[in-house]
Amino acid sequence: MDFSLSEEQRLLQDSVSRLMADKYAFTARRNFAKEADGWSREMWQQYGDLGLLGLPFSEDVGGMGATGVESMLVMEAFGRAVILEPYLASVVLGGTALRHGGSSAQKADILPGVADGSVKVAVAHGERQARHDLSDVLTTAKKDGGDWVLEGAKSVVLHGDCADKLVVSARTSGERSDANGVTLFLVDAGQEGVARRGYRLHDSTHAAEISLSSVRVPGSAVLGEVGNGLKLVERAYQAGIAAVAAEAVGAMETLHTMTVEYLKTRVQFGKPIGENQVLQHKAADMLVELEQSRSMAMLAAMMVDETDDAERDRMLTMVKVHLGRSAVACAKNAVQLHGGIGMTEELAIGTYYRRIMVIEQLFGDTAHHLARLAAAVN
Amino acid sequence: MDLQFTPEEKAFRQEVRTFIRDNLPKATRERMRLGYTATKPQIVEWLKILNARGGWSVPGWPKEWGGPGWTTVQRAIFTEEVYMGPAPEPLSFNSTMIGPVLIQFGTEKQKKHYLPRAANMDDWWCQGFSEPGAGSDLASLKTAAKRDGDHYVVNGQKIWTSTAHNADMCFCLVRTNPNAAKRQEGISFILIDMKTPGIEVRPIITMDGSHHVNEVFFTDVRVPVENLVHVENKGWDVAKFLLSNERNGIARLGKTMERLDRAIELARDVRAGGKPLIQDQAFRERVAKLQVELKALEITQLRVIDRVSRASDGKPDAGSSVLKIKGSELYQEATEMAKDVAGPLAMAIWAKDLDAMSNEPEMTPEWAAPLAPTYLMSRAASIYGGSNEIQKNILSKRVMGF
Repeated sequence: MDFSLSEEQRLLQDSVSRLMADKYAFTARRNFAKEADGWSREMWQQYGDLGLLGLPFSEDVGGMGATGVESMLVMEAFGRAVILEPYLASVVLGGTALRHGGSSAQKADILPGVADGSVKVAVAHGERQARHDLSDVLTTAKKDGGDWVLEGAKSVVLHGDCADKLVVSARTSGERSDANGVTLFLVDAGQEGVARRGYRLHDSTHAAEISLSSVRVPGSAVLGEVGNGLKLVERAYQAGIAAVAAEAVGAMETLHTMTVEYLKTRVQFGKPIGENQVLQHKAADMLVELEQSRSMAMLAAMMVDETDDAERDRMLTMVKVHLGRSAVACAKNAVQLHGGIGMTEELAIGTYYRRIMVIEQLFGDTAHHLARLAAAVN
Repeated sequence: MDLQFTPEEKAFRQEVRTFIRDNLPKATRERMRLGYTATKPQIVEWLKILNARGGWSVPGWPKEWGGPGWTTVQRAIFTEEVYMGPAPEPLSFNSTMIGPVLIQFGTEKQKKHYLPRAANMDDWWCQGFSEPGAGSDLASLKTAAKRDGDHYVVNGQKIWTSTAHNADMCFCLVRTNPNAAKRQEGISFILIDMKTPGIEVRPIITMDGSHHVNEVFFTDVRVPVENLVHVENKGWDVAKFLLSNERNGIARLGKTMERLDRAIELARDVRAGGKPLIQDQAFRERVAKLQVELKALEITQLRVIDRVSRASDGKPDAGSSVLKIKGSELYQEATEMAKDVAGPLAMAIWAKDLDAMSNEPEMTPEWAAPLAPTYLMSRAASIYGGSNEIQKNILSKRVMGF
């Protein structure tokens, strides 16, 4: 057991933190959100230059071959800045699906582009009727000669509006909500029959509704095994949970720091409001949640590459349940302790709050994962 | 970074588990599994067995003074296994309080006399800190010790003294200089033989119906000056050292896990709505929530242990306040859950003693009987060892700088 960071890990942590501190102040973020895609091309390039976009990929495809711990450190720094760029969508979700499901040719074809930033991937799995049920897939793919023809619609696809490549799930056999019979396909975003409508989420990151009408792809577009795509989606979502767990820690840490600072400077009744014990104790509650969430982010970083499927699934499910309760509680206290000013666009508090609200809904919400854990109690 | 235990640590856990399984007296285990506290003879018997194994009764002590010289990680593993046993834990007064205090502050004579006796439970120690007017505000204590030749003469009252009725010795905070400029500067740390004339122990019955804590009255109690620890009027330094030790490892994770396992075990037998309670979705979600929080605390505890074992100054970590707060809350949740599993049956005070002479079957099941008392007593977990509000004050001051 050892919680210390290696020298390389500390250097990585320092360089990402420095980059974010220099370039990603709250006002800068506001301007990035106004750019064409709703995020900064320049920052994207900088992430690429630092090697962050290829962090988890093996070196032969332009990656750094890093572990979950490095990803955790990067996501924490991104969480402090509440970044807008499609890192989670492309590197974490898309990257994980490709890493675990891609053939050598597919990996060699796509991952170097992801790593240098020239290619952005989005995982298009969720559908409007499915809510958090991963197996509820109505989009279909029908074999036509050597090709597949996709038909259907995908909903709230993270950064689906700017992606170059889509990982699309479609039912190739079985009934709606069967665990088997879902297959993943690599689809060019610009391909005929793909229509995308992009929009902003409440945290200013982007997503898209995507419709697929008679989208024809070759047999080589299948990612992983035919009929076994859900396993890959699960794997990608587990990596997503680990990533947002770390991101939430960064956000919670900043919320806590800002709140403590505010309590020390805001004067009412002739003294800093932080002299009131009732407010100190709420700030202490935030700190307790931060520490507990940090522990869970570490657990997630350790478990994300665990080879035992059931164990990995169980641990990341626990992480998501904890994250939902703990991060939301911390964010609520941050707003409450700031009072009216915490409600405004003027301060970053609301931005962190909204990011945490969005994170809670990603990859299955708290109730969804709690029900899964509960089903295993016996 | 690596959250896994090393193969050596895993082997150590197995060694401890096997030893407890093979050596813990059956009656003691059964009594504790039902949820009762072990009796004094059972505790002493078991701790002597642990001591004979190589100082396992005092897991934090160095080898030099009869402890096993374990790492902080080994200690955490040992504690968890003891709770999971379930076996009586090392007596904290001996093991984590007076022992480390004497090793740090005691004279050679004090160490040589008291340490082996404490390790072997030849002395059962109790803690004379709190007073009616000095609870969380410990420095306002009034019990006076006046110098008279080679003795201190002690007058005053202590309260909430856990197991004073079992104790042979008491380490006590007394006021030796009532005129000190700061309240903390007039306090001394002395060792009192509980058989000394002038000591009266009166039980306080807590709401679980048990006798665990006491009031202790001192009337002209003569204590030899050689029983002073550290320097006269510098007892506050000793107290601070002791309290920070008390907070370390106070998460009591193993104890909470044992209670949760017990609640689950009972819920398989208890029926609700025609099926086992364990199949009830609301109950299962309650269990799952607690499992999640426990998992987070398990890692937090390892992080604190890791930091403390690396810290060169040996100072307690602010994280130990987090452990105390969350640890006590989760223990309370687990005991409450076990009580709720039994439901109305847990409300009955078990009438076995009354029935002892008759052949009538028991009125309510024995397994349900200790659940409410354990739950009731668990409310103290967020009060003792520095109340959770005091812990939040510590976080406010030390970490957040208020």
